[in-house]
Amino acid sequence: MQLYDRLFPPRIMELPNGKKVEEKRSRTPMIAALLLVFVAVSVRVTGFSLTTLITRGSYFFDILKRMFPPNTGYISSVWKPLFDTIKMSFLGSFIGAALAVPMAFAASGNMVRNRVFSAAARFILSVLRTLPTLVTALIATYIFGLGTTAGTIAIAVFTFSYLGKLLYEQIETADMGPFDAMEAMGAGRIRCFIGAIVPQILPGYLSNSLYCFEGNVRYASILGYVGAGGLGLILNENIGWREYDKVGMILLILFVTVVIIEYISHALRQKLT
Amino acid sequence: MTVLQMYEKRPRLWIRNLVAIGVVTILLIWSTTVMGDSSGAGESGAKVAVNILLGIFHPDLSFLFDFSSQGVGYLLLETISIAFLGTIVGFVFAIPFSFLGASNIVPRPIALVFRISVMAIRTIPVFIYGLMFIRVTGPGPFAGLLTMAVSSIGMLSKMFIETIEDLDPHIIESLDAAGCTVFQKIRYGIIPQLAADFGSTLIYRFDMNLRDATVLGLVGAGGMGAPLLFAMSSYRWGQVGSILAGLVILVLAVEYCSNRIRNRLIKGY
Repeated sequence: MQLYDRLFPPRIMELPNGKKVEEKRSRTPMIAALLLVFVAVSVRVTGFSLTTLITRGSYFFDILKRMFPPNTGYISSVWKPLFDTIKMSFLGSFIGAALAVPMAFAASGNMVRNRVFSAAARFILSVLRTLPTLVTALIATYIFGLGTTAGTIAIAVFTFSYLGKLLYEQIETADMGPFDAMEAMGAGRIRCFIGAIVPQILPGYLSNSLYCFEGNVRYASILGYVGAGGLGLILNENIGWREYDKVGMILLILFVTVVIIEYISHALRQKLT
Repeated sequence: MTVLQMYEKRPRLWIRNLVAIGVVTILLIWSTTVMGDSSGAGESGAKVAVNILLGIFHPDLSFLFDFSSQGVGYLLLETISIAFLGTIVGFVFAIPFSFLGASNIVPRPIALVFRISVMAIRTIPVFIYGLMFIRVTGPGPFAGLLTMAVSSIGMLSKMFIETIEDLDPHIIESLDAAGCTVFQKIRYGIIPQLAADFGSTLIYRFDMNLRDATVLGLVGAGGMGAPLLFAMSSYRWGQVGSILAGLVILVLAVEYCSNRIRNRLIKGY
């Protein structure tokens, strides 16, 4: 920024009272130029071509059109994977949310006095958060074998890292008055945490957990692609066989399920906060 | 009232709590059937886990710092490009959707139609779009780019609609009263109100797209997913480690930068 100001010196204006003020040159040309360079590089790297898009773009809608009307006869084979998906996301969210509490405790600077310890806990949470759920699921299938176990673990890991971060931020911004009071009366660190901090963070924590569960249902539906069970398995299978009317049915049921779960969780979260 | 009396009159929530705990327990028991349902692996799983950990701590360095079209460096560049251009193309498509979905710009019924279509776009998993676009362009980063663009439309439009509906009409009225032309009204009345929020949303979406772009490779749509899958299925844990290391560093770096830029845009420092 300083270099930019030196290259394009700010305009100096003299006010009627003789004072000089500087108006810095607009940054817009620099940002625009940078963006253009990025676009040019990206176009080269990704092989973007408008002609392909225009000539073959209609194929995209072909698949969409063939999804309607959905094959209602297929509905009986959708139930089991659907419930697998819901179970996976529920159990995964629960395990992740439960494990996130001690981790968040360890990561928050006002609970643990040791800086190195809390920094290490945070680093672990950040690294786990960067791994996409599908990649975690892929690794989990190698460790736990194909099936819903791997999917559950992947969802648990994601929920753990995501909730852990939200939770330690909440703990750090909590009111420390009650905590200090309890500590002054001679209660241990853990006892103080349960007595003074938990009541403050509990509604937010439960609400975030529900929100996470909501999102996890969506994620869990695609984990089957790497063999981690659930709807993704039959989704992938039917796309492979190009039976798009069945795909349409699966997506329709998924949509209805997601809407119902979102509705319930939204209502519960409104009550919590 | 003394403290003791207040304490005696505290709200009794045990019935509600008991019901909540009961429901959660039942759901938990119901869902435990998914655990233990696995085929293959078994004892070798632990060995694989150890190998992956070893791979992450001993990454294949020549692969990690290989900037030719096979190495991690290029894969990272490809992933960034997909996410970046995907965000921009998505932005272009999201603009008409968001102006037509804002109820202070168009009549309510039309806005509702566009909002419902935005919701429908959001419902389909990213990964389905990926498979659909592979049929259009063939496997490769271009399919990934289009997928990112379409999946960005939903979230971008939703956030943009909220921003547009918060527009302050008084500013435009005063510009009108001062005799500004339509172009001037847009330039000085509307764009300054939208730019910061739009920019912040776009950067946030870029961040999200970057994470999604990494998994698109699994369906063959470019990025680092495909090499990861190949490396894993051929048990080259060193390469798996270097791909994962690249991914972690990239996502953390972009997250850090995007948080700083967004803070500047929203709060002004």
